[in-house]
Amino acid sequence: MKRELKSWLKAFVLELLVYAILVAVYYFLVLHFLGTPLKNFYVQNRKLYAALALALIVGQGLLLEVITRQFIAWVKPRSEVE
Amino acid sequence: MIFPIAGVTISPIYLIGVGFVVGLLGGFFGVGGSFLAGPALFAAGVQMNFVVGTDLAHIVGKSIVAARKHRALGNIDVKLGAIMVAGTIVGVETGAQLIQWLKGKARIDWVVGPTFIVVLLGIAGFMAWEGISTLRKQKRDRVTQARRPGEHVSKRDHSTMAFISRAVHRISIPPHVSLPVSGIARISVWAIVVVAFVGGFFSGFLGGGAGYIRMPCLIYLLGIPTHIAVGTDLFEIIISASYGTVTHALKGNVDILIALVMHTGAAIGAQLGATLTQYFGGVRLRLAFIPLPLIGAGLMLHSLLTGRPLK
Repeated sequence: MKRELKSWLKAFVLELLVYAILVAVYYFLVLHFLGTPLKNFYVQNRKLYAALALALIVGQGLLLEVITRQFIAWVKPRSEVE
Repeated sequence: MIFPIAGVTISPIYLIGVGFVVGLLGGFFGVGGSFLAGPALFAAGVQMNFVVGTDLAHIVGKSIVAARKHRALGNIDVKLGAIMVAGTIVGVETGAQLIQWLKGKARIDWVVGPTFIVVLLGIAGFMAWEGISTLRKQKRDRVTQARRPGEHVSKRDHSTMAFISRAVHRISIPPHVSLPVSGIARISVWAIVVVAFVGGFFSGFLGGGAGYIRMPCLIYLLGIPTHIAVGTDLFEIIISASYGTVTHALKGNVDILIALVMHTGAAIGAQLGATLTQYFGGVRLRLAFIPLPLIGAGLMLHSLLTGRPLK
């Protein structure tokens, strides 16, 4: 159990590092460009804004889940070998 | 960082931190975590109407991450979640309509608030008593030592209160369904719908996912194993919170940029929380849940004493 937990924690720390880089890139590239158009939709077309809001959060949820799952799958065999 | 829709400036690090903590709780306990996220957003200067809507939007993303992880662990009963959706949505609408109607009445907070506190304290007290008595019984019966080969610690689930769910399973109002994933041979659909309705009602009435009500109901009333209750509740929250996000966004109560930033922290917290459930047996998971309704009761008491509105 302890070995399993240690291996998993190692994978998690590595995952956290990659995550930090991804999140930083995400802020500067995506949110910076999304801010103004979303604000305009919020003011001018509330129905489109509601649909976009749901699509964005669902899309981000699926994307981040896939990234973390793939990364864990990539890291786990390495930490088990060690 | 400036969030132009809500018109506030908040540090993204703060939002990621809040998201991480709430995601961790969500992945581990199967709750939305609004009782923490709401006050945290409000404290950062977000207006109350944006707090409710934005929190719901972030719950959608976080629950997707946690639910997919729980699905991989075999902790989701899709059939149960699908049946619950109808009851939840009707409950959310009923709760939201009732709070709107009650808002016109005097001293509404002092009627609803104390009732809510008593319910939450009752849940925490009952779960503590049940958890401790189950642990004692396990010790007496040496159940813990009798783990079968290949059986994982998280899949063992015993409760001294199982007679309550057995009585619910005997309700003969048709139609009935079987829930093989949860190990239930026969249960009235109405029992599931009523539990979902109660959870949805509290969600609409007080905001957030109301997992602190729904989770104990799933475990003790329907007899769903704790780990499957966590995963299924998350699956169900995706649907109900999506509905809430759209309705609040139409009313102009959602700043999706804040939700997206919070969700980057919540996604990793939710993965961590869901993974950690593997290392806890059902009864220990229930005991760890106890502080949540207590925190909810504390926040409600604070809201009553400071004069902040319920929603």
